[in-house]
Amino acid sequence: MADINVAEANDFKQYIAVMIDGEQYGIDINYIDNIVRMQRITRVPKAQEYFAGVINLRGEVVPVMSLRLKFGLEADSYGPKSRILIIKPEAQASIGFIVDEVLEVVTIADKNIDHVSDVEEKSYVIGVGKHLKGLVSILNINAVLAEKEANS
Amino acid sequence: MDVSQYLEVFIEESKEHLQALNEHLLILEKEPENENTINEIFRAAHSLKGMAGTMGYKRMQRLTHDMENVFQEIRSGKMKVRPELTDTLFGGLDALQEYVDNIVDSQDEGTNDNQDLIDKLAMELDIGLHGGSGAAAPAAAAAAPAAEKPAEPAKAEVASGITITYADHEKAAIIEGSTQGFNAYEVRVDVQETCLLKAARAYLVFKALEETGEIIKSVPDAQMIEDEKFDFSFAVVILSKQSAEDVRKRVMNVSEIKDALVEKKVFEEPKEEVKEEAAAANTAAQPGTAAPAPAQAAPAKAQPAKKAVVNRSVRVDIEKLDDLMNLVSELIIAKNGLSAVSASDMKSSTEKTNQFNEQIEYLERITTNIHQSVMKVRMVPIESVVNRFPRMIRDLSKKLNKPMELYMTGEETELDRTVIDEIGDPLMHILRNSADHGLESPEKRRELGKPEVGSIFLDAYQEGNSVIIKCSDDGGGINTEKVKQKAIEKGTITPEQAETMTEKDFIDLLFKPSFSTADKISDVSGRGVGLDVVKSKIESLSGTVECKTELGKGTTFTISLPLTLAIIQTLMVVIGEEKYAIPLGSIDTIEDIPINEIKSVEGREVVNLRGTVIPLIRLADVLDIPNVGPDGETLTVVVVSKSDKKAGLIVDSLMGQLEIVIKSIGKYISNSKLISGATILGDGEIALILDANALL
Repeated sequence: MADINVAEANDFKQYIAVMIDGEQYGIDINYIDNIVRMQRITRVPKAQEYFAGVINLRGEVVPVMSLRLKFGLEADSYGPKSRILIIKPEAQASIGFIVDEVLEVVTIADKNIDHVSDVEEKSYVIGVGKHLKGLVSILNINAVLAEKEANS
Repeated sequence: MDVSQYLEVFIEESKEHLQALNEHLLILEKEPENENTINEIFRAAHSLKGMAGTMGYKRMQRLTHDMENVFQEIRSGKMKVRPELTDTLFGGLDALQEYVDNIVDSQDEGTNDNQDLIDKLAMELDIGLHGGSGAAAPAAAAAAPAAEKPAEPAKAEVASGITITYADHEKAAIIEGSTQGFNAYEVRVDVQETCLLKAARAYLVFKALEETGEIIKSVPDAQMIEDEKFDFSFAVVILSKQSAEDVRKRVMNVSEIKDALVEKKVFEEPKEEVKEEAAAANTAAQPGTAAPAPAQAAPAKAQPAKKAVVNRSVRVDIEKLDDLMNLVSELIIAKNGLSAVSASDMKSSTEKTNQFNEQIEYLERITTNIHQSVMKVRMVPIESVVNRFPRMIRDLSKKLNKPMELYMTGEETELDRTVIDEIGDPLMHILRNSADHGLESPEKRRELGKPEVGSIFLDAYQEGNSVIIKCSDDGGGINTEKVKQKAIEKGTITPEQAETMTEKDFIDLLFKPSFSTADKISDVSGRGVGLDVVKSKIESLSGTVECKTELGKGTTFTISLPLTLAIIQTLMVVIGEEKYAIPLGSIDTIEDIPINEIKSVEGREVVNLRGTVIPLIRLADVLDIPNVGPDGETLTVVVVSKSDKKAGLIVDSLMGQLEIVIKSIGKYISNSKLISGATILGDGEIALILDANALL
């Protein structure tokens, strides 16, 4: 809870809460460009295994990553609730994340986030936020996008 | 006179003139008596001078002027072309280039006067004309602040001789100005009789006056002055808030102005307050006699300090644009045709479909043509890059003390504009390498029985869908043994590795970052930042670079670049359930091969195709494609080639030829070299583009 004082300036942040393998994850809404339904994904040979392939997003070719595979979970089984979150970390580069379900937008005060302090630097989760309906793990987008992985 | 609108034209043309000067000076150096060339040089120098003057670039104009003086004397046969002279002239061209570069960056020519060059030119003139006897430089001095002649008589005659008549609206402007605190001045200016560029001086006077106020009119009018249609004097009427003395000072600051006379002009006031300067002049203007002269007042726009990063532009043949326009018109017709079909109520739907198909075919033809036309507009002859190389080789030849000659062919070969912009540096680098490391010293060449003058060749030509640029020399070639030693020494490879490496592998080492075999580093090359940069640059243009060398005979670098970047013709193939596009440029043939003709050599599948043994590659395996059916009676094989290597790609079936737009698959997905991009098909599906070169 060392961050409380620092965080007071921008108290609240909005997150998109998504479901992956029965757990809630939160993604900072500022990163998100778009949320699209599942669509045909074209496999890219010889790509990292956690990349499902590329999709056609209104004329642009966007790579799509399976968060399940990235986190070392079971492979996706796409259902009617599956969605692709389009993230735009840079102006010219988009990337999609496949999630099981998009739940809602949650507003979490910074003081309600418990920062994970003792895990490795490159952890995919920055901290755990508390909101009315439970706990949500806040994703560290940069770590997820980073090429380097603990086990590869 | 606001000239900023001409800036682009000025820069474009200056570059052309400079290039022409460079080229012809090179010729002149070899053939000092070539009359055509010297005429050509003179013309280019003269145009350049005029342009610089008009644009108000004083320093540039001054330098060009002095160079022109030299050319003038050479042309009239009074001077001989000597090596020192050409060096100085080349130096002058470099300085001019610098001015132009400055202008491109900041719209300003910079502050370098290049006085040393001007002095040198004057000296050359002196030596050339008088055998070096005179200490001063008489001819060039004409341009420098020359000895002022006694001015008194001329002044009285000339400056006061101009009668200024005012049109009504001019009068009105002056009166209105005076109510706002502006004084009207009649400025009469005498230019020195020795002045060679009266128009330019006049222009500078105009410019100086514009800074103080607004120019109402001039006698003779601005156009005449610009065309140098005046003797040695002219008059300007300005509105200014400054005092007559200040105005005069400004005018006198312009060099080669003999004298200026500033008189205050007042209309419709009983007392005419006449302020006299310098000389006694009393030709009062006649306020009453208003001649309806056309208003020639140059608009005195304060030139805004634009951060003028001049746009890059391409000169396009008007015919190409007309073509494009025609095609666009056709496109509109096709669109109308389509809407007509969809609106019409045909009886049968088949009839309608037929009509649609017809229109679509028409549309297809047009889009293909438009694509070609646009590509043509973007195409620039490679000449615009390579034409600076002869000059560079000449300089290198002097610097390295090695006689050498550059032979170029195929300068007219066209490449896409984006490629042209990028290819200059890599090419320059390779040429420098050839000159510095490739060619031996003249002594050594004599020993080896080679002609003393080294040769470097630069050949460009089109081959299929790519442009090949070959850069070769007849020098010593690359000593692979030396490369090996250096590589082991530097720890790039281990001695064990070296044992198993082929000649080609060693040459590939040269393309590795920070690898140089030069014994000593010169300022020409040898620092080891080079070929790797060349390679990455060319690969970023989706081209390839290869090097072949023969010890003692020479080295050849072959650069191959795609003709176009964004849109390519491909063959669509199906493997399993996936679709891939193979660029047509790399495809040789398509074969149906009976399964029993496939042989196995060293565990690899090969086929003997009309006498050549070609290895087969099962794309389904390479690309890890699931759900591939068993082989049939015959296999569909796409034969691809890259220079002299060939391979047959086994696919399930062919879909046909398709023109596709290349899209990147994004930076996050790790891109094995097999996939060079993706494209979106008509139904929205994505097909990946296979890079056949990576398979070989």
